[in-house]
Amino acid sequence: MSQWIEVCAAEDIDEEDVMRFDHQGQTFAIYHSPDDKFYATDGLCTHEKVHLADGLVMDNIIECPKHNGRFDYRNGAAKGAPVCVNLKTYPVKVEAGKVLINTGA
Amino acid sequence: MNVIATPRDYGLLGRDAKIAEEMGLASAQWYQCPLPRKRLKELMTRKDAPAIRDTLIWFASFLVSGGFAYIFWPTWAALPFFMLYGVLYGSSTDSRWHECGHGTAFKTRWMNDAIYHIACFMIMREPTVWRWSHTRHHTDTIIVGRDPEIAVMRPVMILKIISMFFAIPQTWTAIKSVLRHAAGRLDDEEATFIPEMERGRVYLVARIWIVIHAVVIASAFYAGSILPMLFVGPLPTMYGAWVHVMTGLTQHGGLAEDVLDHRLNSRTVLLNPVLRFIYWNMNYHIEHHMFPMVPYHALPELHKELQPYMPRPNSGIIDAYRDIIPALWRQRKDPNWYIKPKLPEGVAPVTAAMN
Repeated sequence: MSQWIEVCAAEDIDEEDVMRFDHQGQTFAIYHSPDDKFYATDGLCTHEKVHLADGLVMDNIIECPKHNGRFDYRNGAAKGAPVCVNLKTYPVKVEAGKVLINTGA
Repeated sequence: MNVIATPRDYGLLGRDAKIAEEMGLASAQWYQCPLPRKRLKELMTRKDAPAIRDTLIWFASFLVSGGFAYIFWPTWAALPFFMLYGVLYGSSTDSRWHECGHGTAFKTRWMNDAIYHIACFMIMREPTVWRWSHTRHHTDTIIVGRDPEIAVMRPVMILKIISMFFAIPQTWTAIKSVLRHAAGRLDDEEATFIPEMERGRVYLVARIWIVIHAVVIASAFYAGSILPMLFVGPLPTMYGAWVHVMTGLTQHGGLAEDVLDHRLNSRTVLLNPVLRFIYWNMNYHIEHHMFPMVPYHALPELHKELQPYMPRPNSGIIDAYRDIIPALWRQRKDPNWYIKPKLPEGVAPVTAAMN
């Protein structure tokens, strides 16, 4: 079921950065890419359940703060050890300066 | 007073592994000093320039020391050059393995990977196995039964520690491990931290290494000289190991086990620029464990940021060993004893699971 949820104002996340968003017991990571687009993935690393929002965004990569595992946050692809399982991604849109994610996707 | 030694089970499949899980010490949440996200991002920024500069100096040092060792061989004049070459081969590779394994030395991924593989070969740490064991070391730092990289186990065996300075146990373990992996097998403990999909890579690298070592040994026989084996293979790993063991023992030696606060189980030591080049700033070890995404070149800055929350760092190797040697000596008979670093006033340590 499609369910768009307001996360924050677009300006709340710096370019090439990430923010944590918790909703109904689930945690997400919301990314602002260097080319001014927004993306969303599950908030926890698939390797050891560490919050990715504490990690480092480099171009289109999010690096986990604990073991430096890397994902392409645009499609959730794991980019090599120690992460082997892809991240789930969610649709994102910006309306009236607000970032919204579709958690039902 | 008689002290009763509690036998510890450091095996990853043993009694203490189960206890660690029951106590919430496995894959637990660790204490982190407060640091504003903006500042942390600045410190985490990846750069190629510092590591390229250091790697060029590193390669040049290999060439100069190795070149003069070759020229002066077989006279005594070759000895100091072999000593330098050995430290580069058997010690500086420890920090290159480490930093490139984290992927933080260079911004460019392939550069990290290239230096990682070179360093792994020299220090005889199989790249895939050690990548995964180090991952576990960061998840469960000095948690008995969980951390496969606890260098000093209690009760402490002094002779074993002395032999580590010549990489005797490390090399013996590495040779057995490479042969086992070349035969297509992992042991039961390795199977706990190396995922299925990574195992083919383990076997492939082990077979490549055996071919390289066989070529070196064959060339020594062909030349009728041990010289090739002094440059490549287990010998330089062993005769050059002492510096990385000297610095490596400062990381956790004598400190607490089974805590969730790196300030209690890790140590920061201030070193001179030469040792910091060899060790690539891993002497800022509490800082590294607390924020492993900060590259080696930014660790001195991170150290300054975190000082209000940190124990006093040791002022040098001698100062650190003034703490470590008596502690290890005592832990021969009293494995429950450990050094308790003094934190700044008003800063509380975290000793139990927070989640």
